[in-house]
Amino acid sequence: MSDTLILGAVAYDPKVVTIWDGFQRWFAERGLDFDYVLYSNYERQVEGHFGGQFHVAWNSPLAWLQAEKVAAKLGRTARAIAMRDTDCDLTSVVVARADSDIRSVDDLRGRTVAVGASDSPQATLIPLLHLAELGLEPHDDFTVRRFDVLVGKHGDHIGGERAAARALLAGEVEASCMIDGNLLAFGVDGTIPSGATRVLTQTAEYDHCNFTVLDSAPEPLIAQFRELLLAMRYDDPDVRPLLDLEGLKEWKPGRTEKYALLARAIERFGTIEAFVAALGKRHA
Amino acid sequence: MSDPVVDLGDVGLDRGGHLLVKRALRRVPVGGVVEVRGRAPELAVHLRGFCRAQGHGFAPVPGGGRVTRGDAEPGRWRGAERAGAVDAVVDQAPAHWGLAARGATVEAGGPAFDFALTSRAEVWADEARRLYAQAAAAQWDPATAIPWDATVDLPDDVEDAVVQVMTYLVENETAALIVPAKFAARIHPHFREVMQLLAIQAADEARHIEVFTRRALLARFRFGLSTVGGQASLKTLVDEPDFALASFLLSVLGEGSFLSLLWFLRDHAPDPITEAVARLAAQDEARHVAFGLAHLSRHVAEDPSLRGRLAAAIQRRHDALAHTAGLNQAVFDALVLLAAGRWEPEALASAWDAVQELERAMDEGRRKRLARLGFGGEEAAALSALHTRNFM
Repeated sequence: MSDTLILGAVAYDPKVVTIWDGFQRWFAERGLDFDYVLYSNYERQVEGHFGGQFHVAWNSPLAWLQAEKVAAKLGRTARAIAMRDTDCDLTSVVVARADSDIRSVDDLRGRTVAVGASDSPQATLIPLLHLAELGLEPHDDFTVRRFDVLVGKHGDHIGGERAAARALLAGEVEASCMIDGNLLAFGVDGTIPSGATRVLTQTAEYDHCNFTVLDSAPEPLIAQFRELLLAMRYDDPDVRPLLDLEGLKEWKPGRTEKYALLARAIERFGTIEAFVAALGKRHA
Repeated sequence: MSDPVVDLGDVGLDRGGHLLVKRALRRVPVGGVVEVRGRAPELAVHLRGFCRAQGHGFAPVPGGGRVTRGDAEPGRWRGAERAGAVDAVVDQAPAHWGLAARGATVEAGGPAFDFALTSRAEVWADEARRLYAQAAAAQWDPATAIPWDATVDLPDDVEDAVVQVMTYLVENETAALIVPAKFAARIHPHFREVMQLLAIQAADEARHIEVFTRRALLARFRFGLSTVGGQASLKTLVDEPDFALASFLLSVLGEGSFLSLLWFLRDHAPDPITEAVARLAAQDEARHVAFGLAHLSRHVAEDPSLRGRLAAAIQRRHDALAHTAGLNQAVFDALVLLAAGRWEPEALASAWDAVQELERAMDEGRRKRLARLGFGGEEAAALSALHTRNFM
């Protein structure tokens, strides 16, 4: 695989094949021999990355932290080389029904809050950290009801957030957590009728996915890949449908400072400790 | 100068407020800022998500946010092209214009549609627009246009003859539906009027099939006979892949001959229902013939070599059908009995003469239409004589 740049990605949706097949053609036309392997979950992908199965990972924020921590444990380094414009500066919200007696975060004491999949940064880990930092410890101060749709895909599948929102509207829970954009999307698609919810609190900004490389990656290929990514233009009709499918208007240089919130969350909840320890051991 | 402000009032982005934001953004250049204000409680959360998805910059301010216009939307329309002009057709319609309305702005990068008929010379006739309008205005309702309550009390054998003729008509009109329907789906939609005309032609035939069926089953539980010869003749029409040749064989020669047959049925109908279905169907068929003649006249004028191909098509079809029986005897006999209305020898003889006259009228009509396409008298007569004995 010396002259071919290989990417690892998680198949959270059938469109993933369309996206990477399309990028493969686009890269080939520009002289980059590119291929990809798909994993059914991020843990398998992170392990594959350290096992040398591919060069660059399209990682969820949680997978990035997993890779970063395993690398640190092994005395290696991981880098985020690029991300989508839409990966930057996200927030999550905790919402209640507008007609309920829940008017502030403190009203959630003793009540039930719906979250997404257990490994979803945006619908579970970050909102729960946010509530904890506001003084409401999950499980102790309120009940957490998880909507574990497709665990291992780190919340990439929207199903958990949607199920949590439905549970809120059905009166099964007192609040639910979601990414800011989905509050609007659920309003537009009719999941949440306009005016039916009240935002109780909004988290600080955080970042989402990135392309992760380890220190063993073939530098010239990685540089060519990154250069081509950053050169993709939304006004190019060949690549625009792929950008639309992947949900971005342009690729941005990678940055890692806005994973701090998620890093605090996994620290607090011990989310990935066992995984990092086991993987570190296997690759030591 | 301060940045423009758009106030959404109580309306959130989940209730149409995004339209006001988009309008305000269109009025500033890329990189320009619009301040969005409003009283919807979730406005700031919605705006953040909206801006991220649309590629705009966002900075929260109390009661709303400042939105910096991104370049994604203008980027989407860079390289877009106009799909011709509203009132004029192009010589060659590009595949990537696809289904776009003529004159619409088409985003670059769309799929190329596989329309087989893309050149004006192959399909176009200036008359298409007028004939379509005429056809749309002349659509009659099978439920009310036919006097279905009229008394029909024919001798059994005459009724059977009517049923046999209707059986033949349904079979032929089915071919006449399939052929334009097939080409309507193959013509580039840039030539909208032709596509519409073929579609309404197919719809005409659907009504004809309906009324002929209803007349056939008025007093009987089943249809009459369908022969190998009849179907073989129609199959050559259905299988013809070339639009010009199919129009020629179906509309100019086939439906042209059918026009005479329908007039014959109208004039010799033994009952008012048969008279009405034949009369109304003939009105529609006349339009089909007119379009076929119009677009082929134009086509022949632009490409005189087409005339040779048309002549060859008649010859080819004749050769293909040489081993078949032509018009089935049952239909021929039924026409005579239908026109006679009874078994009296004199009545039968005069009906026989009328059917002979019908065949002469058909031949004359074909020769006239061939002359319209520039065939000389002798050649037209020879070609007309080669036309299928099945009439259609």
